[in-house]
Amino acid sequence: MAESIPGYIGQSVPRREDRHLLLGEGAFVADMQLPGMLHVAIARSQFPHATIKGIDLAAARAAEGVELAISGADIHGVLPPISGMQVTTPQGWRDRVDTDILIPDQPLIPHDKMRFVGEPYALVVAESRYLAEDAVELIEADFDPLPPVAGPDAALADGAALLHDVLGRNIAAILHTTKGDGAKALDTAPHRLKRRFNHHRYAAMPMECRGVVADYDARRDILTVWSSSQVVHWVRREVANALDMPEERVICIAPDVGGGFGVKGHCYPEDILVAYLAKRLGRPVKWIEDRHEHLLNAAHSRDIAFDFEIGFDDDGRILVVDTDFVVDSGAYSPVGAGIAGNSVAHMLGPYDIPNYECTCTVALTNRVPNAPYRGAGRPEAVFAMERAVDLVANALGLDPAEVRLRNMIPPEAMPYEVGLTYRDGVPMVYDSGDYPKALRAALEELGGLEAFRARQKQALAEGRYIGLGLGCYVEGTGVGPFEGASVKIDPSGKIMVATGACAQGQGHETVFAQMAADMWKVPIDDVYVTVGDTSQVTQGYGTIASRSTVTASGAIKGASDRIQEKVFAIGAELLEAAENDLELRDGGIGVRGVPELHRTYREIAKAAKPGWDHQRPEGTEAGLEAVSYYEPPTVTWAYASGAAIVEIDPETGRVTIERLVEVHDAGVLVNPAMADGQVKGGLVQGLGGGLFEELAYDDFGQLTTGSLMDYLLPTASDVPPITVLHQEVPSPLNAFGVKGLGEGGAIAPPVVIANAVCDALRPFGAELNSTPVRWGDVAAFFGDDPFEISEPSPA
Amino acid sequence: MKPAPFVHVAPGSLAEVVALLAEHAPDARPLAGGQSLVPVMNFRLSRPSVLIDLNRVPELAYIRDDGTHLTVGAMTRQRTLENSDLVRKAAPLLHAATLNIGHLPIRSRGTIGGSLSNADPAAEDPAVVLALDCVMVLHGPSGERRVAAADFFEGVLATATGPDELLVAIEVPKAPANSGSAFVEIARRHGDFALAGVAAQVTLSGDGPVSVQLAACGVGPGPVRLSGAEAEILDHGLSEAAIRAAARIAAAEVDPDTDLHATAAYRRRLTAAMTRRALLQAVENAKAPS
Amino acid sequence: MTDFRPVTLTVNGRPHTGSAESRTLLADFLRDGLGLTGTHVGCEHGVCGACTVMVDGEAVRSCLMFAVQADGAEIGTIEGLAKGGEMHPLQKLFSEHHALQCGFCTPGMLMTAMDLVHSNPDRTPQEFRDGMSAALCRCTGYEGIVNAVIEYAAMVKAEAADG
Repeated sequence: MAESIPGYIGQSVPRREDRHLLLGEGAFVADMQLPGMLHVAIARSQFPHATIKGIDLAAARAAEGVELAISGADIHGVLPPISGMQVTTPQGWRDRVDTDILIPDQPLIPHDKMRFVGEPYALVVAESRYLAEDAVELIEADFDPLPPVAGPDAALADGAALLHDVLGRNIAAILHTTKGDGAKALDTAPHRLKRRFNHHRYAAMPMECRGVVADYDARRDILTVWSSSQVVHWVRREVANALDMPEERVICIAPDVGGGFGVKGHCYPEDILVAYLAKRLGRPVKWIEDRHEHLLNAAHSRDIAFDFEIGFDDDGRILVVDTDFVVDSGAYSPVGAGIAGNSVAHMLGPYDIPNYECTCTVALTNRVPNAPYRGAGRPEAVFAMERAVDLVANALGLDPAEVRLRNMIPPEAMPYEVGLTYRDGVPMVYDSGDYPKALRAALEELGGLEAFRARQKQALAEGRYIGLGLGCYVEGTGVGPFEGASVKIDPSGKIMVATGACAQGQGHETVFAQMAADMWKVPIDDVYVTVGDTSQVTQGYGTIASRSTVTASGAIKGASDRIQEKVFAIGAELLEAAENDLELRDGGIGVRGVPELHRTYREIAKAAKPGWDHQRPEGTEAGLEAVSYYEPPTVTWAYASGAAIVEIDPETGRVTIERLVEVHDAGVLVNPAMADGQVKGGLVQGLGGGLFEELAYDDFGQLTTGSLMDYLLPTASDVPPITVLHQEVPSPLNAFGVKGLGEGGAIAPPVVIANAVCDALRPFGAELNSTPVRWGDVAAFFGDDPFEISEPSPA
Repeated sequence: MKPAPFVHVAPGSLAEVVALLAEHAPDARPLAGGQSLVPVMNFRLSRPSVLIDLNRVPELAYIRDDGTHLTVGAMTRQRTLENSDLVRKAAPLLHAATLNIGHLPIRSRGTIGGSLSNADPAAEDPAVVLALDCVMVLHGPSGERRVAAADFFEGVLATATGPDELLVAIEVPKAPANSGSAFVEIARRHGDFALAGVAAQVTLSGDGPVSVQLAACGVGPGPVRLSGAEAEILDHGLSEAAIRAAARIAAAEVDPDTDLHATAAYRRRLTAAMTRRALLQAVENAKAPS
Repeated sequence: MTDFRPVTLTVNGRPHTGSAESRTLLADFLRDGLGLTGTHVGCEHGVCGACTVMVDGEAVRSCLMFAVQADGAEIGTIEGLAKGGEMHPLQKLFSEHHALQCGFCTPGMLMTAMDLVHSNPDRTPQEFRDGMSAALCRCTGYEGIVNAVIEYAAMVKAEAADG
């Protein structure tokens, strides 16, 4: 036993996940090979909107190697749809926000109509994926095309075709919230500015697509589902519900998962279908989503248009924000009004704005369903707000940085009551932080604002166009409702931890080991961590919404605290000391100040065992294990200031990012190197969304970006030098002072880039109010001739 | 995304390839590097019943110095071209363009003959052979046929190669003395097909041009010879003003489409910008001591 | 339609024989036929690079090659990098530089890097960066990957100079 064990929280401990991944020994769902395994291929709609007239599976069923072929009609009435209410909201939120929510159910395979290109209408189970795909081609499907609802405008138009007749409208939700008196504030504001902002459709696009393997053990009546999912307990619940099994008899495991970022954050029809097929056929069944399916079928995201009006005074003080915005939710809304709710709650950002009026409509269209992706409603709202702040600055001839500083909530105002309600039903209170300091630090990192403005002027004189863009935001993290953890002291003395949080590459096993090692004062290698396995924790929630470090650590602590009560009681017995004189140290418990009076956890575990010869004090129950569910009081607020310098090539409009900086506060950093990796990875995703990535539909409802040749992910060559600075202002809301950081990086870059490009194009009065920033649009500001720059005369 | 069934045959000689093509046309496809064909087969957008694999035909893979020109076997890999001193010295434009093709693992397999036969309008090699007036050597049941590059490309993914013929070699004229070349392109990301690219070779006498060869990719149904721009330079020399004028003419003589990645108007603008850059760089290379 | 034929090849120095249809992709043959699931499949159209393996010493996309084409070839995969449980220096550098998170792209990244460095360790940092753009990573933002590859190239060069 080491003499003293270092504190692990705050150390960049090497990732315990790395070795097997580097050796090629990762275990992803697609890697699973079970004896007798069958393979699924899915027939997907080529129509955005159509009535099913008939599906003839005879030829497919007769094809080589086919075990089963079914269409929606075969499971209609057998398997229920995924309920539109799979995500619930608390009463406290519904009481405080005007809501009108009608989320449609999602059939696993529709029997009556198709609602988006890519929706399943039949599937084949065969001896290999090759043979299954062959058979899918033999399915004869007869559709009656319906007019496509090709976007929100079409969805909300009078007389629009209805996606879901039962709803009687193409609206999944309307949310309305207010603060102060928006109408009056607008009427009396010295200045008003109105724009339409659009944050386009793009998606998480993890390198591993989704996949499901299921195996049913009839003797034990246990159905095991391996899913590339962020939410194994959620999948378990939906599978158990659909198959009418006790949840305990369904085990859902997320093995190594190749990235998630939100797209794997809810239960999909395929999770249930593959489980059903395995039980029905009595053989293991595998479905691996290919990239084309992923683009056509896995959730898309963003896609929000804002009508936005802002009122401000001569000093640039923002008096009111009034916005109506529409989310294009696609054909279903698998995570309810979550994205919309986030946009509503995050619009005002780090600013002290007294009046706010916001109405949000979640429209249903014939497109792929929209679900949260890293940021989940925040990048969209932040794009609108932060473009507007720049426009306020322009209108007053002030520097955008100055306008931000004038409106930011000062550190002395913390905790700050926002005057809105979060979606956990609790009034929003920004708990800690120093927003102006973050912004100043970002500017300083870029060499200082004044120095940049001088450089910019000099560059312009040389015919070069450089610009500085900013984007500031706050982010509610660590949201409830809860997370579960199980902790046990093994007879070996090792600490066994399992949580409902699932990992997709973040390094949870390392982080939770660090935190548990500190809770128990053991070497980190004595902590064993299991994530993403429902058999290890009865209730869990999963890894979404920048929540796992906050919520799982709370649960691990809760369970550990309960066990430690026993450890102290037993320790007191063994060491013949008062509990008050004991401390956890060196892999066990000992008497303070007396090094030789110490018992290891192995000894404590032996003493705690049930049965003969235990050494428990009277009244102490046997065993050293506990389960805890941590229910956070509310969210803790991370925040950041992003900044970038860009240069524009006037001939081509090409945008080159010279540097990208993010000053981020995630409270106490458990593992700084991994925290850096999270923020940087997020920044590059945000950069991709801001410049390259786009899920585009034509007027007929067809997706025109069905491959990675058209959906452009950023590559190593597209990434500028990035600096991430951490302000570690501890959260007062939890024991470790941590805030969430999974999503933050992806929030600012789209608007940072747009603002930087507009700053570079200031001589032209350029405004870019939509993403992505297209080089062609940028070039157009320079006039028609690439070699003659025609600056418009100042208006 | 698994390909539909087909039969793979791997002949060892050109004679066998030609016989197999005759036997199985039009349902057979020759398989060169596969970097464009296999993706569309995986999407089941292409479903040949027979694939005639050219990768075991040694007589199709070579680079030969034939005095006035290099003869490049169709199955020569882009990676081989990239690493060839002979190509770098004798056909620097082809060498420069090759470096812009995809990524190293793509060039490991991709071949010049495959790229030319695929005739993707945005591909680099077609613009190069058009600019350099290369001769395409085709082989069919009735023997060899030689086609000028200008007559080879017949639109999007279409060439003059008959269903029972195979492109077997490309004759690439050697760069003259006092010449310089450049391949310049703009793509949304490194390694992507070009939004617009220009291949240029300029031969000087003193400071004046005696020959200008220009072709563009990504801005028409196939590679586009920029004849108007060439004429402008030959008439007015290589001043900045003449180069800009030529670049503007180039923008007018291409025929781009609008797609997700760029509008037609933007592609014309890029054509002008790339033409100017290619000309400036080619001239600089021509003047550089070799 | 059954069109299986024997395929004999060497993977990581060991001979293997299996059978494949004409259409079986090399990636699927390695993974499903030989059980070498370290090679990953991310897009099946040659863009993402996760399936990159060495074929006769050069990095190629194994989703764009048919297994029958690899008959007689020498294949290198991620499983062949470490020797006797000891990670290859490039693997160690990936860990040190936080060049992986989910690890799904890692096999292709390692194979791409091996080819880039060993075919020409004298590439410039920008050339290595551009070279690594052959494979997509969605987690890390690439910084650690590029730095690991550049450091590995320096190591290879130094060893060549010593030798």
